[in-house]
Parts: sequence; C-alpha cells; structure tokens
Amino acid sequence: MVALDVNWTVKWLTLCAQAMAEHRVELIELDRAIGDSDHGENMDRGFQAVLNKLAESPPETPGAALKLTAMTLMSKVGGAAGPLYGTAFLRAATSLGDAPEIDPAAWAGALTAARDGIVARGKAELGDKTMVDAWTPAAEAAGKAAANGSNEPLTVLVAAAEAAEAGAVATDPLVARKGRASYLGERSAGHRDPGAASSALILRAAAKAAA
Amino acid sequence: MTVSIVVVSHSEKIADGAAELAAQMAPDVVILPAGGTTDGRIGTSLEKVMAALDQVPNGGGAVIVTDLGSAVMTAESALEFVENPADVVLADAPLVEGLVAAAVAAQGGGDVQAVKQAAEAVRGPARQPGAPVLQEVEEGSVTGSGPDFTGDFELINQAGMHARPAAKIAGGLSSLDAEVHVNGVDATSMTGLMTLAAGKGSVLHVEAWGVDAERAVNYVGGLVQAGFGEP
Repeated sequence: MVALDVNWTVKWLTLCAQAMAEHRVELIELDRAIGDSDHGENMDRGFQAVLNKLAESPPETPGAALKLTAMTLMSKVGGAAGPLYGTAFLRAATSLGDAPEIDPAAWAGALTAARDGIVARGKAELGDKTMVDAWTPAAEAAGKAAANGSNEPLTVLVAAAEAAEAGAVATDPLVARKGRASYLGERSAGHRDPGAASSALILRAAAKAAA
Repeated sequence: MTVSIVVVSHSEKIADGAAELAAQMAPDVVILPAGGTTDGRIGTSLEKVMAALDQVPNGGGAVIVTDLGSAVMTAESALEFVENPADVVLADAPLVEGLVAAAVAAQGGGDVQAVKQAAEAVRGPARQPGAPVLQEVEEGSVTGSGPDFTGDFELINQAGMHARPAAKIAGGLSSLDAEVHVNGVDATSMTGLMTLAAGKGSVLHVEAWGVDAERAVNYVGGLVQAGFGEP
C-alpha cells in the first residue's frame, strides 16, 4: 500500500507534466475547436515550470508541493487555466495543511476544496461545459469511496480519476455557458471541453503515481 | 497618500500604453502596468501582478483595472495574497476609459473606494456587455411628460413572460438610471417579473421614474413588441 506522502505528490506532479507534454497536441486540437487553441501549449509550459520549481526548492509536505504548483501555474500558464488550476491547487494545499501524508478522506476533502476553488474563481456551474464537470464527479466519487471505508489510497485515487474521465466525456454534447467557448453557443456542442480533458489527465496521473 | 493603479492586460503593450496615456492626466499617480506573461507572451501572470502590487507605496492603497476574462481571474487570485484586503480593490470597468477616470480621481485625492467608483462609473447605460441594444418603439402607446413615463404593451410571444424575457428586461434595465415597475413589481428583478405569470395576450403596464425613465419604457416596449425575439 503506497503512502500518499510528499514523494507521491512530486511523482504525481511529474506525471502531470508528462501527461501534458504527451497530450499537448490533443489539448490544442480540442481548444482549437471551441477556444483559442492555446490550452495544450499553456498546460505543457505551466507544468514544465512546476517541475523546475520542485527541483529548485524541494517541498517537505504534500501541501507545500501543491502550493508551489499553484503559485507557478498562476504565474506561468498565461490563459484562464492559470488562475483556475492555481486556485484549485491552492485550495487543495490549504485543506491538506502540514500533514505529512494524505489519507483517503483527506484526498476527498482536497478534491472538494479544489472543485470549490474553481467554482469560486470561474463562476461556472455543473453542466456549463467546463473543468467543473470533471472535478465535481471526481470529488464526489472520492468522497464516496472514502466513506465506504476504503483504506487503500489507490482505490480512492482510481475512483476519482474514472469519474473525472467520465465527466470529461460527458461534456461532449453540452453547450458551453462559460469562457471563450460560450461565444460559440450551440456550435460548441459536439466537442469535448479542453479544461475538463486536462483535469481528467491530472487526476489520472494521481492514480498512476500510486500504482 | 495617493491611491495607485495597477493595469492588468493580456498584452504588455496595452498595459504600458494605457498607463502612459493615463499618466498624462494624472502626473502624481503611480500607475503600474502588469501586462502579458513573464516570458513576453499574450496572457496574464500572477507574478507580474504581485510584483506591481509590491511597488504600491505604503499607505496609499491600489485599484486594479483589467481587460478580458482571465485577467480578472488573475487579479482576483492576487487579491487572495494581499495583506490588507481593504487597501486593494478590483474595479469592474473598461480598461482604457476606466483607467483614465480612476487616474484622474486618484490625482484629485480620492480614496480607493472613490477611485474604484470613478472607474466603474464610465460604463455608460446600454453599453454594458450582454445588455441588449436599446430598440426604438415604432408603435405602442408611450405617453407622459416630465420625469415620469408610462407605457402599455401586449405580450405577443407564445411563451409570454418566462425566464429569458424576464432576464432580458431586468438585465437591460439595471444599467439605466431609472426606477421601473411592470404591473406593480420591480422590473429590475427577474424573479419579480416571473411571478407576474403573464401569458401571451397579457398587457404589461410599465411605469418609470428618473433620468432614464423614457429610455426604460422604450426599452421594455421594444422587447415586448419584438416578442423578445421568440416565436
């Protein structure tokens, strides 16, 4: 059973950076369809900067690693994803505090805090075709898995990742009501939301880091 | 202490240029541009905004003006890290006009709230984003003189007064300087309008007071007579 400590956190963030590099073109294509086609580029650059920061000043707790990530994304991403993911990681960091390890309930709490941060910053609701549509089911699935008494962190991480992936897929038919895509109105339907797609990658990386 | 102004734009050139323009009219105000990303791209950066806020002289406070969507989010994120939140506020105003108005107000010695209000006041009626364009009433029965105007308009769209028409009426009126009642309820309240449960064929009796009273009646009448753009 893997412990969700600072080493796991750094591995997670490293896998996030890998995923953003691997899916860069895919995210650019998704964003070209309904946005300004910079999402893949911005996320790749943002997480590469996170890796540099983690190497420069190695964090001592999961919360510290996530706070460093938040500040870096807010400063380096450039697009709307910067303040949105930045706020998500910052709220997650705050909810984890100085704890050396994350247990399943704390992970569910961190995801809920992250989701609430995104909602507060972006003013989007569930069903608006945004990253909220990935984070909300992920937080709920993690909460349910933790409440079912799962002491195995991997189970909770996988539950969140699967729910985020399903949530991202479920944005395909939706009409965007927030962000650049909302200017397209009905024409935004039939395309996956790039923010929901990158959110699913981030939460899948969390599960991979514990596998 | 004079209030400072931070300019957050996706473009470094816009932030710098707007700051230069405003400085002409407010030579004693510290105007701090925070445009573009740290590596010179289009975008906004928390680091740049925080660096600008760090340069605000102690005790003066600052008003932040922004351009598009994520500039607002980056500025809001920066506010979370400010030590004394009462000293730094975000103005919801068009970047160039808002900045100039804010700079002039700061030059005149206004405090942060006064400077913020000066920036926000430049948003003229009916120019609010999302507000429908005012429509001329060709028919109908707009009457009245002096400050008070009234009008009676029959609902012609199939669905009558439902959420979307109510939102259009309430949203557009909120940018006008007028108190407006429709059949006795506050017409700037979407839920108030919906409680009228006015169906097709119902007549809306519009009463307006204030500087923009005539425009308000014309606005509601124009929407109703156009069937709110619905069948």
